[in-house]
Order: sequence, then C-alpha cells, then structure tokens
Amino acid sequence: MKIAVLVKQVPGAESPLPIHSNQKWVDEDAVAYVMNESDNYALEEALQIKEANSEGEVVVISLGPDRIQKVIREALAKGADRAIHIQIDTVGAIDPLATASHFADALKEENFDLIFSGLQSDDFGMAQTGVIIGEMLGMATASLVMAIETGGGKIKVKRELEAGWFQWVSLSLPASLTIQSGLNTPRYPSLKGIMGAKKKEIKVVTPNPVEANQSLEKIYVPHSDKQTVMIEGSVDQMVEKLIHTFRNDIKVL
Amino acid sequence: MKNYGPDFYNITDLLTEEELLIQQTAYDFVQTEFMSVINDHYENATFPMELVPKLGELGFMGSSLPEKSGGAGVSNVAYGLILHELERGDSGLRSFASVQGSLVMYPIHAYGSDDQKAKWLPGLGSGTKIGCFGLTEPNFGSNPGGMATRCKRNGDDWIINGNKMWITNGSVADVSVVWARDEDGIVRGFLLEKGMEGFTSSDIHGKLSLRASVTSELSMTNVRVPDSARLPNIEGLKGPLSCLTQARYGIAWGMVGAAVDCYNTALDYSKERKQFSKPIAGYQLTQAKLAEMITRITEAQLLVYRLGRLKDEGKMTFQQVSMAKRNNCAMARDVARIAREILGANGITEDYSPIRHMANIESVYTYEGTHEMHTLILGQEVTGMAAYDS
Repeated sequence: MKIAVLVKQVPGAESPLPIHSNQKWVDEDAVAYVMNESDNYALEEALQIKEANSEGEVVVISLGPDRIQKVIREALAKGADRAIHIQIDTVGAIDPLATASHFADALKEENFDLIFSGLQSDDFGMAQTGVIIGEMLGMATASLVMAIETGGGKIKVKRELEAGWFQWVSLSLPASLTIQSGLNTPRYPSLKGIMGAKKKEIKVVTPNPVEANQSLEKIYVPHSDKQTVMIEGSVDQMVEKLIHTFRNDIKVL
Repeated sequence: MKNYGPDFYNITDLLTEEELLIQQTAYDFVQTEFMSVINDHYENATFPMELVPKLGELGFMGSSLPEKSGGAGVSNVAYGLILHELERGDSGLRSFASVQGSLVMYPIHAYGSDDQKAKWLPGLGSGTKIGCFGLTEPNFGSNPGGMATRCKRNGDDWIINGNKMWITNGSVADVSVVWARDEDGIVRGFLLEKGMEGFTSSDIHGKLSLRASVTSELSMTNVRVPDSARLPNIEGLKGPLSCLTQARYGIAWGMVGAAVDCYNTALDYSKERKQFSKPIAGYQLTQAKLAEMITRITEAQLLVYRLGRLKDEGKMTFQQVSMAKRNNCAMARDVARIAREILGANGITEDYSPIRHMANIESVYTYEGTHEMHTLILGQEVTGMAAYDS
C-alpha cells in the first residue's frame, strides 16, 4: 500500500498571533508553528497501516515556504519514508482550489493507493483540500474518517455524521480520505527516528502557477463595544422594547 | 526554547533542527504523560514507574551515548534540552534520567568490560532495567575520598562491606554501581545485582523534597562478587568523580527547566490576577521580580548552551561544570521562591508548580556536590589554592 499524507504547518494553539502591520496575515516571526492536529492523526493512521501490512510506503507531502521543512522532518522522524516539499509562499494564500491543484499535480505521477489529509487545517479551516484532490485525480473520496479497514483491494471506512451518527462506507482504491482527529494515538518521534530523518529524501518541487479565485483582503481583531441602555416603562412596554431591540438592533431574534 | 518559555537572547537560533525537534518531543511527552500524574505521585511519595519503558523507547536514557551503548548518539545540547524538559515537569523525573544515563550507563560505557556492556546497556537504554549509583555514605558526602565501604580480594572474588546513603532508585535498581576502597586504599567500582546475598536496601521515608523519587540506603554485608563484576578500566576516585561531572552537566540544564516553569507560571498569573485597579503585572514591585527572574534565567540559559557546545567539542572542564551547576541551582532556587511570592497564597498549593519545584531544588542544591563544594572548586581553580583538606 502506497500512502501519501498531506501535512500542514500551522500556528500552534498556544502561540502568540500578532497581526502583521500590512493586515494581510499574522506576523510570522512571532508565531510558533506546529503540525496541524488532524494531519498528525492522518500520519499515524498511515504508519499503522504500513506496519500492519509489513510493507508499503508512506510519503509525506507539504506545501509552503522553507519553514515547513520542520514539520516534514517531524513526520520523517515519526516514520514516514520520504517527503515532497511543494515550495510556495503561502502567506495569505487561502484558495482551496489552488492549493488542491498544486497537490494534485505533485501527486498524480506517483500513483498512490491512498491519500490521507487531516479533516481541516487549524488556521483557515476550509476542510476542502483532500476532497478536491480526490475529485481532481478521479479517486474515491470520503471525509471525516474515524476508522479504516483495509483488505482485498478495497477499504471500508467509518465516517462521522451529525448528531452522534456514524456511517460505514466501502470504497474502491485509489481513494482520498480526510481524517478526523482522535482515531488513534499519535506516536512521539523517537530520538533514533529524529537522528535517522536526516538521511531521508525531501524532494523539493516548484509548482506551476495557478490563478487563485479568492484571496485574503484584510485581517483584524474584532472590535467590541460596550453600551448600556436603560429601558423604562411598564412591564409590557419594557418587554416590547426589549424584543424590538433584540430583533432589530442586536439581531439575535 | 522560544516555543516553550522565555528566550530573551534568541538562543533558539543557535540550536539545530534536530535539537529543536528533540526538545519538542520531550516537552510534549512530559506535558501529555507526566503532568497529569505528578501531583498524586508527589503526594504519595511514589515514582511513575510505568513511564520508564516509554522514556527508554523514546531514547531519553543516556541519549548522548552512542547507539551501541544503549544511547541515541545525540548532541550534548540535545541531551541537556531533554533534561530541561524533564525537570520542567519535576526534579524527580529528571533525577531518574540523570542517574540512569550519567551515573549508571556512562560508567559502564566508559569503564566496563564488553561483557558488562552487553549485559546491561541495552536494557538500561530501553528502560527495561533500572540502575543506581552508590558513592555517598552516611558519614561521607562532600568528602567521598573518606569512604568507609571496603572491598577485599578473596581468591578470584571480592568481598564488599559497607553502607551507601541517599541513593536515588536504590531499592528498585536491577544493577547498582557501587564504589569501594580496597586494602591498598584504591577506589574501585563494582556492578552489584539486586538480590545478591548480603546486599539489601531500604527506602528513606519522610522526605519533604524530591517526593516523586525513590531514595534509598544500600547495605552490603560480606557481599561476594566475582572479579568480572568489577569495572575493569578505572581505578581511583576519578572514576566516580567523572560520572558526577556528567550528571552535574545535566543538572545545570534541568535547573533551567524548573526555573522556566516557575517563571511562566508566575508571569501568566500576574497578568490575570487583579488587585486594586489592574493586574499585578502592571505594578512596579511585580515587574521588578519578573525582570530579575528573566535576567537570571537568561544568564543560566547562556551558561548551559555554551557548556553544551564545549562538551560537544570535547573541551569542557569539570570546573566549568561546577560553575553551571552551582549558579543554576542557586538561580532556580531564587526564581522558584520569587514565583511563589507573585502567586501569593495560591502559591502554597499544589495547583501551582513553584512550591513543588522550590522544595525539590533544596535537594538539587545540595546533591551532586553541594553549592559550597562547587564554590571551593571554583575558588581553587582561580587561586590555585585548595581551601578544603585534601
């Protein structure tokens, strides 16, 4: 089984997030980056499938500037066999179609049996990349995957639906799956793995330019106002005014 | 360092990609596996033994030793960063790793026979075997040269008699590195195994410091071992002292981790805790404390970083290690106390780590060469005159 795992480097949950003076993105120098959470589970799932079958290859693939090689090395240290780094400046790049196109270009020659990505990225949270890649490469696709059973040239996956419902789906290979967090226990990279990762291949590719259909205009911290309004009158009048305020001013009714 | 606490002088920029990933791994491991159990272990005076094989699997035991000696062959700075993260958790956890790596694996690696290495290093490295180090005695601490434990040649065997005190992991150790003086006054090292006839241990109870760590007394009464249990490639006091240099190196790093945890805790608290009209972080008295802490921590970080690179280059001296151990223990001791002050009454509960670190640091300040002995080592180095009896 040849498995590609898409990993993204995102700002850590505890990282400071100061907005850059150009208001296009955060100030990258002040940000502490980590591997996207659900990508980490996707990687673990791929490694476990490879280990259970005692054969196969896990290739980690990531898109972004030089700094993303940190998460690539982390994935290699955990046990991925090799990596592809799609070199691109991602600052403010938020178009899932463009992102998926870059991945599809880099992935199509490799003929993977499975493409895993995290359910969504913790920074933009589009939750589309894995699904669009599956579409572009003509693969079976399933999102929100919580369990995977392999065997006989097919796979069976458990998907998370709304309101506590689940669904088992059979898919033919090749397939693109977006993985939900929590379906396994991601390993730590061992020191042996970290030292060995230096010797593993990271292929750097430059993508063809793709026209973005959407871009980031401006980011800012929401402005909050505190106003106190005194409502007077009889109970009926107060209720009427309150409902009017809820409905027309605050727009919560 | 940047990701996990103050890095005022951008020391992170001096670390390699591997070193940073190793620190991240150690940090994640401690925060995920250890922080949820430390308070219970501290209260019950127990150590989380179930974590030992995990520590081994990750490569945290003797990690700067070569792979063939059970280590992972990482740089000394990486090894220091691991101990930094373990001690951010608790000194008991770091002490475990220091003893196993620097005081047990190191002497077997450096002075042991091939048979001894093959027998012990793989298990010690993987965390399936536990070791301890017996040098200090009830009546000989700062003056190990006075040791009363004796080894006596008897045919092909040795007979060992004596007591060792304040031994981390003594009662749980599968192998004990025990130092004893022979009839000619030469100090020799032996590998004693758990359960040998005449070899017993008992735990020291009632500790109010390093509670999440096993501390024992070892007792040897006519323990008979073959000559193959002796470390063949070392004799004299420099054997145990060279081990202590390794361990003190790690302590200097660990103390920064404890101090950083205290500083982070106090800084966060001071920004949240409002008194009078604003958070206490906005008042000069608190800022003076925080400024003092960050300065002392940064000094300590620079000491251990440079010391680590010197060690990697093979240029580190034991006097340089003494300076870092001495300074960083005193630094962490002060930082823990200042952090507790900022936390006010909340600072005396287990909900906040500084008072636990504070109590732990009292042990670390005194073990592996007391603050005072390191003062005299430095004094001798700069004056050329020894101020202690030789």
